[in-house]
Amino acid sequence: MNRQLLTGNGAAAWGARLAEADYIPAFPITPQTEIIETLAAWCDRDEMDARMVTLESEHSMITAAAAAAATGVRVFSATSSQGLLYGMEMLYTVSGWRAPFVLVNVSRGLASPITLEPDHNDILAARDSGFLQIHCATCQEVLDSTLMAYRLAEDARVRLPVIVNLDGFYLSFTREPVALPEQELVRQFLPPFDTQGQQFRASSPESQAVAVLGGGPYSYFRYETHLAAQQALTVYDEIAAEFNTLFGREHGALEAYRCNDAEYCFVMMGSFATKAKAAVDRLREAGWPVGLVRPRLLRPLPVDALRKALCGKRAVAVIDQNLSMGMGGVLHSEVAMALYGQVEAPLLVSFVGGLGGRDIAANEFYEMAKVLREAAEQGKSPPPRLLYTQNELREVRKLQAIAQVERAELKEGKGNG
Amino acid sequence: MYRIRFHGRGGQGMKTASRILGSAFFIEGYEVQDAPRYGAERRGAPIFAFVRADKAPINERGIITLPDLIIVADDSLVPVPAAGVVAGADAHSVLLINSHEEVETWSRRLNYPGPIVVLPAAEEVADRAEMPYVGAACAGAAAALVGVLGEAAVIQAIEQELGHLGAETVARNRERALHAFAAIQTQAIRVSEGETGNAGAWQAPEWIELPFEEARTAAPVIHGAATSELSGTGLWRTMRPVIDYERCNKCWWVCSTFCPDGAIKVEEGRPVIDYDHCKGCLVCVAQCPPHAIEAIPEHAAAAEEEKS
Repeated sequence: MNRQLLTGNGAAAWGARLAEADYIPAFPITPQTEIIETLAAWCDRDEMDARMVTLESEHSMITAAAAAAATGVRVFSATSSQGLLYGMEMLYTVSGWRAPFVLVNVSRGLASPITLEPDHNDILAARDSGFLQIHCATCQEVLDSTLMAYRLAEDARVRLPVIVNLDGFYLSFTREPVALPEQELVRQFLPPFDTQGQQFRASSPESQAVAVLGGGPYSYFRYETHLAAQQALTVYDEIAAEFNTLFGREHGALEAYRCNDAEYCFVMMGSFATKAKAAVDRLREAGWPVGLVRPRLLRPLPVDALRKALCGKRAVAVIDQNLSMGMGGVLHSEVAMALYGQVEAPLLVSFVGGLGGRDIAANEFYEMAKVLREAAEQGKSPPPRLLYTQNELREVRKLQAIAQVERAELKEGKGNG
Repeated sequence: MYRIRFHGRGGQGMKTASRILGSAFFIEGYEVQDAPRYGAERRGAPIFAFVRADKAPINERGIITLPDLIIVADDSLVPVPAAGVVAGADAHSVLLINSHEEVETWSRRLNYPGPIVVLPAAEEVADRAEMPYVGAACAGAAAALVGVLGEAAVIQAIEQELGHLGAETVARNRERALHAFAAIQTQAIRVSEGETGNAGAWQAPEWIELPFEEARTAAPVIHGAATSELSGTGLWRTMRPVIDYERCNKCWWVCSTFCPDGAIKVEEGRPVIDYDHCKGCLVCVAQCPPHAIEAIPEHAAAAEEEKS
């Protein structure tokens, strides 16, 4: 087995290469750029037989990706953050075309204020777009999920585009050992895209995504897309089982780590979940029955798997690396939806942390476990908590002090502005 | 687990250094994680890179707060607060510093809690953002200090990481790395693997409830221009532009207009450089029509100042 050190970006590029993508529309953005630089270098050296085209925006890039996919070729593209949002109109539009392709998103917090570091508000903004979503925690998963995403997207029962998500910096620029599968084995797992005749051809005009007036046909097409996304759960399980048989790596719709005998659980998505895993190991050493549940699929949401993993636990901490203004953590509300009314549903405690790449320290995981135990003892969840320390506020106060001085100076006409 | 942090400036090759060390660990059968860390990148600005290596799979991620080994490639970073070179160090953390000065000098200056090793710096270069081969030397020295990596692994790692740059570059880096490896190997100090952490006893985080504040306080607004005046950036400089007023033709506008940081003011008809904020980009040097601005190495200028 060829195991080498690769960044998350490198692993995504290898995913596209091993999937033998035919067409790569691209637009660079930090922290995704290394993906298209890598692919461009391979195309340039004829190590990859793909057509790469740089577009003038992500809006055009996603349109080009789906248009090409509708002709039956295999398409790969990648973006991040503001770029994903710039293409948002087309995300919703092209999922309705039922043209399958894979889009990698390298998560980065959204403006304002602007940042380069990761959280999941970018990818969650695409939650309801009709793209399926796979969230990765390691560089290996980025490569493997890209291959699995093509199988899922192109399956006749699904036919929807898929986003593979990895966190900026924590995966995108971080090298880890990644096993590169043999091309022949990948071909066995992922044969060429079989459109089953549903594709555009030269000199054979068709209309894609026709206009409908009236809610009846509109509802039909929209709900069919929803049913296809739900169908993807069953299809995904088949694909994951086959992947495991061929490559010996298990990537279920949901990862449950040391959960069987756990009384308490963390629920997290993405690369920060490996920090939770490390904390679970330390807590276990200290005699605390704690586990981790990590949904890899967010759309479709593996509701049954969440219920199976979490019902019967005493208390569960959902740690959201995102924030829905005026509501709170998005994953928390999704987990609550899955568990509502279930027998032996656990107490849920909401934490928001890791916004804009803010670290979550080991002692914060231990403290969250303590909060869970206290909640279980009292039979009541505490209010949601932002993971934020006295020291962090102190730093902000320093910046605000500068702003206040400026404001005073401006008022007195002493400012430079 | 080994937790190793490299400190340097953009351009000095810290990312490459961390990758050489990471690859050497990987070749020796370790699980590895290596990554650079920087903000809005700029040549000469402080950056750091880290390497984690363990016999078991690594679940930790991100910034290394409790380092076993700190490598400082450029000793002029020590006084830069943003670089935070000794952050998190305790009695077991080894500090390897590339410097012309002695261990005793650094012990006295830093009040550092752990062992210090000096990697004797090569001859001084004009622009510290270009310290050739410093990355390879630091990686070689670090490999010797951890004590579990052989010369062969370092050689193979350099070939893997730099092979695309050609045989000559590989050979030069290899020479520097092995020279540093041999020099440091004779030292008695070795890096020890840090604790894995203990969930039986931990210090509670000082969590707070973030208070509600009105938008006039809580909006991310910069109220006035020139806010950067309050934050010194002169320490970023590796080269210093100096105006020769004999040659300056007092046009007054070219250098001050081109300065991207507004760090050149015009006082009494002549340009004056604000060294608290000049980052040393040298745009003024390139733009001055009568070539009246000279770039001199920052360390030389600082030494000159100290004398006078």
